[in-house]
Amino acid sequence: MPVNPPTVVWVPLDAAAKSVGADEVAAAIVAEAARRRLPVTVRRNGTRGMLWLEPLVEVETAGGRTAYGPVAPGDVASLFDRGFLAGGAHPLGHGRTEAIPYFARQERVTFARVGLTDPLDLAAYEAHGGWRGLRNALARSGAEVVDAVTRSGLRGRGGAGFPTGIKWKTVLDTPADRKYVVVNADEGDSGTFSDRMVMEGDPYLLLEGMAVAGVALGATQGYVYLRSEYPDAERVLTAAVERATAAGFLGASVLGSGKRFDVEVRRGAGSYVCGEETALLESLEGKRGVVRYRPPVPAVAGLFGRPTALNNVITFASVPFVLDRGADAYRDLGVGRSRGTLPFQLAGNVARGGLVEKAFGLTLRELIEDFGGGTASGRPVRAVQVGGPLGSFLPASALDVPLDYEALAGKGGILGHGGVVVFDDTADMARLARYAMEFCAIESCGKCTPCRIGSTRGVEVIDRLVAGDRPQRQVALLRDLCDTMTHASLCALGGMAPLPVTSALDHFPEDFGLAPAGAARDARRS
Amino acid sequence: MAVSPPPLPLPADLAQVVESALAAHAARPGALLPIFHAIQDRAGYVPREALPRIAWAVNQSQADVLGTLSFYHDFRTHPPGRHVVKLCRAEACQARGSDAVVADVEGRLRVGMGRTREDGAVTLEPVYCLGNCALGPSAMVDGRLHARATADRIAALVEEAPPCR
Ligand SMILES: Cc1cc2nc3c(=O)[nH]c(=O)nc-3n(C[C@H](O)[C@H](O)[C@H](O)COP(=O)(O)O)c2cc1C
Ligand code: SF4
Ligand code: FES
Repeated sequence: MPVNPPTVVWVPLDAAAKSVGADEVAAAIVAEAARRRLPVTVRRNGTRGMLWLEPLVEVETAGGRTAYGPVAPGDVASLFDRGFLAGGAHPLGHGRTEAIPYFARQERVTFARVGLTDPLDLAAYEAHGGWRGLRNALARSGAEVVDAVTRSGLRGRGGAGFPTGIKWKTVLDTPADRKYVVVNADEGDSGTFSDRMVMEGDPYLLLEGMAVAGVALGATQGYVYLRSEYPDAERVLTAAVERATAAGFLGASVLGSGKRFDVEVRRGAGSYVCGEETALLESLEGKRGVVRYRPPVPAVAGLFGRPTALNNVITFASVPFVLDRGADAYRDLGVGRSRGTLPFQLAGNVARGGLVEKAFGLTLRELIEDFGGGTASGRPVRAVQVGGPLGSFLPASALDVPLDYEALAGKGGILGHGGVVVFDDTADMARLARYAMEFCAIESCGKCTPCRIGSTRGVEVIDRLVAGDRPQRQVALLRDLCDTMTHASLCALGGMAPLPVTSALDHFPEDFGLAPAGAARDARRS
Repeated sequence: MAVSPPPLPLPADLAQVVESALAAHAARPGALLPIFHAIQDRAGYVPREALPRIAWAVNQSQADVLGTLSFYHDFRTHPPGRHVVKLCRAEACQARGSDAVVADVEGRLRVGMGRTREDGAVTLEPVYCLGNCALGPSAMVDGRLHARATADRIAALVEEAPPCR
């Protein structure tokens, strides 16, 4: 019988970690420990977000948590041989996890617990500061909670950057028999996964943020509209709702306050436009995901016509910190009108992809070079798309732009949900522009003509342009089409799909068979 | 109202799937997506023959129910192959070479994107981001996420299990 308590070894259960074999590694560690008769407890955590090191195995040692990665099942025996249970040196070793520069240089506010704890362990959530924001919210009036959120400067993290406090005040001030809280967990932008990481790695944080909104705004029902592409998140979140409800953090009387707040997880069905808030509400109501005309805004008449606080996952997940540590603590981070932190997601052709939570204001170059280590292929960066499929392509010469809402807008770009997709010099920008139009055609809800028809026309025109068929004429047509889509579309799908197209045309005309730089500009209509 | 439910002209097991989905979800607000998912999770698709009964259960017209069903990329009205392979076509995976992987997989599995192979072994579907954009090309095979997909890996996963291991 072992005298010592078992050594705790953490292996992430995040979908990204599992996609590179974390389950197999966890099983191999259990088997190897049994074979060697060593007392080991394998526990599962969220990911630390250093995705190129996944599966990242952490051992609890006297000197803190020690990291090894990326670990394959075949590495496990040698880890034991070299005494990894005591933090022994190994070619896959990285020392203390929290001292790894990629991690140490971040400002982990919203993601403070992700990767640290067992996501469904309620006691661990509470031990690491959980539910304090909700307790504070219950001790205050709804107006005081809304005021704190407003003063924090928090803006919606779903893409549009609308001030959350203003939205919540509208919900609070609109009288109704029922109100709703709805989480936009549709996370459709390519290059983004921060919502997923929170839901899989710290689900109670999202539930706490929702409950704060519920009790403050007088909503009794919350929905999480979760994309179907995230089955792992659905499992974790559903279990978290059950446990939090059984423990009285949600349900008939939130923390004994007498206030009801229930949460239900609803699965989407593979539609990108259902990330648009009004299409999402239609979908939640069991209908086609067609965008609604505004007004009224959802905060006045949202789900089933009732006032609805609809926000992104990260927006809700940022709220507990604001209520716990105070609006000023959050506001003190960031620059200009972009306050707090943003979990940036480094994706695509990048050597060290993953999640980087930083206060607004670091530059794209710092993110891609210092954190990301350049491209995965080792070739030069050619283009970067920030903010998802509706974001413009920035050329390598624009990397010094600071990452905040206004600075990116000044460069004709968007920050969106914080996804950064890196392309090396083999990228075909005409092909990517064509894809942007094609994606818009596939995902259009069909309500307005410029988006529905224009996107299909856009694909055809780009095809003719690339084929060299009267190129100047096609360029003029394409710009005209983009102009119409930009100005005559009801929502940002049709309205912003032209951004990647025109930015590709502006910065990379040679990929369309046009003369570099000047010539393309001459062809542009004024 | 004592209007009797429309018939469910389906094999008994499928009819049972539909009935239990309706029993579990029809009374919920906005029930249609949960109903479709519950049926497709178990049957692999939503049989058109079930639409009259679904429409009756949620008190909507059949046209509305079909309109909703057909709007969403996820829902199928035909049975899929024994394996379902979804390949990510979105930008971050393109940046990591997914276009070539898609072409390779189509060749190796002998099935085009969006189709089911004639022998019913595999369905190949496009997907637009699986949230694993730093480790692409991403694939989901029978509900499981795979990173750094190659045609070899996908083909190995899809090959029917050999008689003995
Ligand atoms: C086509 C389209 C897709 C969108 N997809 C998402 C999404 O996946 N997640 C999200 O939070 N917001 C998405 N949005 C933005 C939402 O409409 C809305 O602004 C946001 O959910 C509000 O929450 P926030 O204020 O917390 O950002 C999308 C918008 C458009 C036009
Ligand atoms: S722009 Fe496109 S997606 Fe948006 S409302 Fe119009 S048709 Fe629908
Ligand atoms: S773009 Fe392929 S997983 Fe996100």
